[in-house]
Amino acid sequence: MLNNETTEDQPAIIDGLAKPFSRRKFFGIMGAGTALMVTAAACRKDHVGSSNSGIDLGSGDIGILNYAYALEQLEAAFYTQVIKTPYSGITAMESAYLTDIRDHEIAHREFFKAALSSKAIPGLEVNFAAIDFSNRASVLGTAKAFEDLGVSAYNGAGHLIVNPDYLTLAGKIVSVEARHAAAIRDLITPGSFADNTAVNAMGLDGQRMPKDVLSIAGAFLKSKLNANNLPTS
Amino acid sequence: MNLQNIISEIEKVDPEIYDRLDTRRNVMKDFAKTSGKVALAALPFALGSMFQKAYGSPTGPKDIIIDTLNFALTLEFLEANFYIKAVASQIIPASDTSSFMTIRDHENEHVAFLISAIKGSGGTPVSKTAADFDYTAKGNFPGVFTDYGTMCAVAQTFEDTGVRAYKGQAPNLISNNDVLTAALQIHSVEARHAARLREIRRANGLLVPGGVVVKPWITMNQSGIGSPVVQPTYNGEENVVQAGVTITGIGGQAISANAASEAFDEPLTKDQVIAIVTPFFA
Repeated sequence: MLNNETTEDQPAIIDGLAKPFSRRKFFGIMGAGTALMVTAAACRKDHVGSSNSGIDLGSGDIGILNYAYALEQLEAAFYTQVIKTPYSGITAMESAYLTDIRDHEIAHREFFKAALSSKAIPGLEVNFAAIDFSNRASVLGTAKAFEDLGVSAYNGAGHLIVNPDYLTLAGKIVSVEARHAAAIRDLITPGSFADNTAVNAMGLDGQRMPKDVLSIAGAFLKSKLNANNLPTS
Repeated sequence: MNLQNIISEIEKVDPEIYDRLDTRRNVMKDFAKTSGKVALAALPFALGSMFQKAYGSPTGPKDIIIDTLNFALTLEFLEANFYIKAVASQIIPASDTSSFMTIRDHENEHVAFLISAIKGSGGTPVSKTAADFDYTAKGNFPGVFTDYGTMCAVAQTFEDTGVRAYKGQAPNLISNNDVLTAALQIHSVEARHAARLREIRRANGLLVPGGVVVKPWITMNQSGIGSPVVQPTYNGEENVVQAGVTITGIGGQAISANAASEAFDEPLTKDQVIAIVTPFFA
């Protein structure tokens, strides 16, 4: 209990531990006092990379559906902002594609919310500080990263699902995410829809486990997610 | 991968693991033989095969998986041979050549991957050559390798069918994590291909009837092809109810029926897929 409180009070320090120290950071933390260092060190095992704090996604299939719900929330929020504040020089076709994609992601988000009902995690707070919504390259580059990440997330989560009906539902969504990924990539560079940064030499698309996806997606979320109870095999 | 660790772990719950493996010496030999040949990513399949043999299950999930992979391999042969001929036709505009070559290479890679996976699982892969296929679909598409519009229409149909076929088969692979994941990784590549071909058809003004808009995603059951031969590939895509939840206007959001249909791709059963591709077999 005490440890949890300490962790929540000192997120910056805990975050810092997860990254390699720069000399400046190291001395900064030293300056914060030996007592804090000791506390942080004691917390290290429990809280670096596998924090028990944050919003619990849950376990089993429900956990995986909440995980998907979290990713769809992130995507829907992103495209909602993209359409609200279009980047300069946006073409009619780009606007039409991005509006469609926004609607698809909202549909996915609302579907998971309805399907999970009382078991759904709450709405998440996003952090888009790193995105320049007025800049085409920033917006499309982020869209590409999100779509490729989404494809790899669904591909990597399929085998964690027990109920075949849920597996089919995930399949219905992931191919639409792949269509998005291809379309966005072709807006950036025509013909890059499935290049070797997306598809490996065996013709296979990406796949990532939830912890790897969340460590990437987490940079765009103010809300902290706890994936500790998700199935891992 | 540390094979010894895996076997040690199994020993904790099954002290007779060594006996089981030892009385099946051939299995171990097979494994050593196979692991030298198959691609690194196919190793889990070979490993799964070794244990499957050690625990002996002549019928059941393993057969379903091999049958399913052979079904997928048949579709990949259909696609791979099509793109080999398409690229060789020299009627593809310069702007689209690299896209067709990328897709051709992926389909060939899928063929190789599935053959390796089927062998690794102890099965016998089907074998198909160009002579096994009739890309005119019994004369319905006579210009398939001489008319770019026809070529792209057939290509789009193959990709959109492939997406629906893999999706429909995923539950059959649920008992094997490695095979399921690989199938999903192929499934999304087919979707990327489909999106690209749909863009190409739109950009080149190849849509039928004139005025129809085809996007990277499937709107209702529109194909933009205007052929009853391929329409079954699109029938059912107009679905806007998922797991009993109506997507149109969901949660008070302005989600149109078009967007609701686009947001979810639909599976096809094996029988539906076979009915669609049968005209393309010689």
